[in-house]
Amino acid sequence: MLKILKYSFYDLMRSRWSYVYFLFYLLLGFVLLFLNNDVDKAVITLMNIIIVLTPLIGTIFGVMYYYNSKEFTELLLAQPINRSKIFMGQYLGISISLTLSLVLGLGIPFVLYGLFKSAAIFNFSLLLVVGAFLNFIFVALSYNIALSTENKIKGFGYAILMWLFLAVIYDGIFLISLVVFNSYPLDKFSLAATMFNPIDLSRILILLKLDISALLGYTGAVFRKFFGTNFGMLISMGVLVLWVVLPVFRMNLKLRKKDF
Amino acid sequence: MIEFKNLHKRFGKLVVLDGLDLEINKGGIFAILGPNGSGKTTLIKCLLGMVIPNKGDIFFEKKSVLRQWAYRNNLNYLPQIANFPPNLTVLELINMVKNLRPKTANEQELIELFGLKSFLDKKLGNLSGGTKQKVNIVLAFMFDSDLIVLDEPTNGLDPIALIHLKEIIQKEKDKGKTILITTHIMSFVDEVADEIVFLLDGKIYFKGTVDALKKQTNNDNLEHAIANLIAKQYA
Repeated sequence: MLKILKYSFYDLMRSRWSYVYFLFYLLLGFVLLFLNNDVDKAVITLMNIIIVLTPLIGTIFGVMYYYNSKEFTELLLAQPINRSKIFMGQYLGISISLTLSLVLGLGIPFVLYGLFKSAAIFNFSLLLVVGAFLNFIFVALSYNIALSTENKIKGFGYAILMWLFLAVIYDGIFLISLVVFNSYPLDKFSLAATMFNPIDLSRILILLKLDISALLGYTGAVFRKFFGTNFGMLISMGVLVLWVVLPVFRMNLKLRKKDF
Repeated sequence: MIEFKNLHKRFGKLVVLDGLDLEINKGGIFAILGPNGSGKTTLIKCLLGMVIPNKGDIFFEKKSVLRQWAYRNNLNYLPQIANFPPNLTVLELINMVKNLRPKTANEQELIELFGLKSFLDKKLGNLSGGTKQKVNIVLAFMFDSDLIVLDEPTNGLDPIALIHLKEIIQKEKDKGKTILITTHIMSFVDEVADEIVFLLDGKIYFKGTVDALKKQTNNDNLEHAIANLIAKQYA
């Protein structure tokens, strides 16, 4: 598995898109810091960008890599290696290279700006951790979609729809249901609804840490009231881990029966 | 050496292999022929463990291959489409595949034979289709395995490369290897194959030597003999 990981990683690290992605974050980091002049505010702005953008990029890279390397995967499948090791290697290769682009792209400007002397270092690290989680989650989800969809165009479409649903539509439905059912106690419902969306979950996790009540929103407030800040963070982190583990598990299940 | 037993495979409603039985003995070149969509590639992919049959079993060296992977160490495969990670160089790819298998490889000889030396540092994304196929052939022949499976090996090769390919195939056969080939180029079959396995409707329609086929169809030309077999399906 490590060998496959190594080569997937090399391949991706040399692709133009990895650089574009890296440069984008680099630029974003510099612009935010030097326009804002305030690390804390920059972190909040970054959060808003990261929780939407990393899932999108993870989704696109995931499906694209799967479909583009299809023939090569067939060559690998004819080698004496276990199936799941091939795909786990590719999965980790994509996720790690995307995470590296994120960490380096944002890390460099922040370090240059004097992050290590600022108190925002923990907030910033958490942001990167959440970004990494989102990468791993969405690459896994998109790999699941790609594995289940033979047709490239359809697979791409489903993957983008999934992102759109989790990033935008989910919140809309959630808000509407809060308005429609506002005469019922909705605490438990909204807690559960948040757990089912990794993007919401990440947002709450970061906002709990930043401790900005105004931005928490209804779910965040419920979350804090229900779990408290520290326990709430622990819970949301745990659920994020589940969001990685479950799709990876399903991937392996799917692989057992899949024809190539 | 290889035994397919009552193999069934469906893709949705489409029945590709329908109770196929086939035994292939060690040594010799076997051409697997059949019209488009007759299940040649599916049969090979079942053997390689890429396609999982609905029913039936496959034995390689007397052991079932279903859900196994270690047996593939004694088998080389040349896939139909040569498409590699575009950002790796030829040398890196060769080293990667070498790295994945515990066997020693003799890639130098093949690289020289196909004149790939000047391409070793080039990225795979920048190679022409024929050159990629040459790399593909190097990858398939660089290990010393008892079984070699070639899916459309002549795709995009120039005449010189084609001659070299035939030489290699002959050399491997002389070493006592078993070689399975699928192709649509009958002159190639006529030249290299010892036996023909003809697939039709997911079953073995004919299995025997080239001469036996010519005799059975009353045709001296292999191309016409095969066309004769296929025509029965269209009728």
